[in-house]
Amino acid sequence: MSETRAVVGGTVSDARGETREHTRAETRGAAAPAAARDRSKILRIALPLAVFALVIVGWERYVVAYEVPHYILPAPTLILKTLISDWPVLATSLVQTLQTTFLGLLLAVVGGVGLAVLLSLSRLVEYSLYPYAVVLQVTPVVAISPLLLIYMPQEAAVLTCAWIVAFFPILSNTTLGLQSVDRNLLELFDLYGATKPRWAPPWLGRFLSRVKALWYLRRPAALPYFLAGLKIAGGLALIGAVVAEIAAGSAGAGSGLAYRILESQFRLNIPRLFAALALLSATGVVIFLALSTVSHLLLRRWHESALSEER
Amino acid sequence: MSAIQARPAPDQPPSRAPSLVALEGVDKTFANGTVALSGLDLDIRENEFVSLLGPSGCGKSTALRILAGLVAPSTGRVAWAGGGTGEDHRGEIGFVFQEPTLMPWASVADNVFLPLRLRGVARARAQEAIDASLALVGLSKFAHAYPRELSGGMKMRVSIARALSLRPRILLMDEPFAALDEITRFKLNDDLLRLQQEFGCTIVFVTHSVYESVYLSTRIVVMAARPGRIVAEIPVEEPIPRDETFRTTPLYGRLCREASAALHGAMGAQEHL
Repeated sequence: MSETRAVVGGTVSDARGETREHTRAETRGAAAPAAARDRSKILRIALPLAVFALVIVGWERYVVAYEVPHYILPAPTLILKTLISDWPVLATSLVQTLQTTFLGLLLAVVGGVGLAVLLSLSRLVEYSLYPYAVVLQVTPVVAISPLLLIYMPQEAAVLTCAWIVAFFPILSNTTLGLQSVDRNLLELFDLYGATKPRWAPPWLGRFLSRVKALWYLRRPAALPYFLAGLKIAGGLALIGAVVAEIAAGSAGAGSGLAYRILESQFRLNIPRLFAALALLSATGVVIFLALSTVSHLLLRRWHESALSEER
Repeated sequence: MSAIQARPAPDQPPSRAPSLVALEGVDKTFANGTVALSGLDLDIRENEFVSLLGPSGCGKSTALRILAGLVAPSTGRVAWAGGGTGEDHRGEIGFVFQEPTLMPWASVADNVFLPLRLRGVARARAQEAIDASLALVGLSKFAHAYPRELSGGMKMRVSIARALSLRPRILLMDEPFAALDEITRFKLNDDLLRLQQEFGCTIVFVTHSVYESVYLSTRIVVMAARPGRIVAEIPVEEPIPRDETFRTTPLYGRLCREASAALHGAMGAQEHL
């Protein structure tokens, strides 16, 4: 019994004395876990691809075996053929939708980050404006879009929809990030950074030191939060653009991918509908992957989220 | 080393050295009514190593923050040698928290650069001071590492290097080694003693470890809680430099017993209240 206790005591003190170097050295030294990690990496890519292939093959076989008419369910091969043959039309629409999405996202970044910075500098602004940002977010954009289409030219209305949905995740995440600086660091900042210019009145001195803290501490601390918001906003901007195009519908003269989907539906050109849908999905995935890559590149040196991906 | 030169060794023992900074009749009552400190008089002399030893809630951290000018006293004042307010002396203070409090997004060198940067020193001009600070804590090779790549003890060294980068006259440390394991803590205790010798600055060190306070200090100030006040002052007359052998001397044992008794007295007084 006394022996067991001694061993337990030893383990505890070892565990307390353990440093990060030890953990790292152990992982580096062990080849078996590395191989296991590689295997799980391969599985993570191979498994979804296998599922995709299985679904496509099953779909193709089903359509051929039961002779399903192509205006009800086109075979994957037909969709691919349509994608190639209708490429000139679809590509123009894709460019249109991408333009709306990226412009909406860009405006959302400018507006969201700008407002978050204002909120962090002034309580008055925060109390006055933040509730309206929430209202804008919780009102379904589908319900706002008909109104926007009445008051604005169609292109502006579509852009506004993309902006509205992409704006909030950036605002709320950046606001949270700007507030999430270590308290002690802010105190340290007070200690070393509170040298106000002698000519400045106290309120200006306080404002200047806030701006300094914003730049040196809050800006880098907020970066991971902003990037997480950007990942969400990227997908949402695409959804906003599509929702607005759908709302504009046949009344509009739009030529985005969502408009192509509506048009194909009216004309019972189901293969083209599927082709446009596939393009939209692919666009969403590419936007997400691109933003994830940007995030990883910016954070890999120091942030825990990027670190866990590397392990 | 040229940017941070060691100050000349003091001619007289710290106990007779001139005063550097003093708390005079300091009371602190927080907004919620808690009386953190009551009638505190504490004189810190040049090149002293003063430990504030006391149970949790005795206001030792608050006293340190008042010295740093991070908290204003409710009554009483902080008197600096040569006059001036706390704000005038900010460049002379180094502060080390219980947590390393590093910026995770910045390299070790950039973390050490922060106080200099905030005081408007250009990076190129600061480089020498950064290198010297890192050399003092033995982390020269890790200038380009990021905090997450370091162990707990190394992070604390960076935190100390950062506090030294402005070449402070007084180093205020708020339980800096409390979160570390004992082996690392002993190592850092020795490093801190060596560092004070090389660097020559005054240190005020908050701790709740009797052994740590005896090993490091030239004077131990024992505090009691509710309200926070000084109940005993124990001079440690062991000459500096010290090393591990000090821990085996009768003097060390006697001082530990004395400090423990004072600490128990302080905690007993707290229970009777």
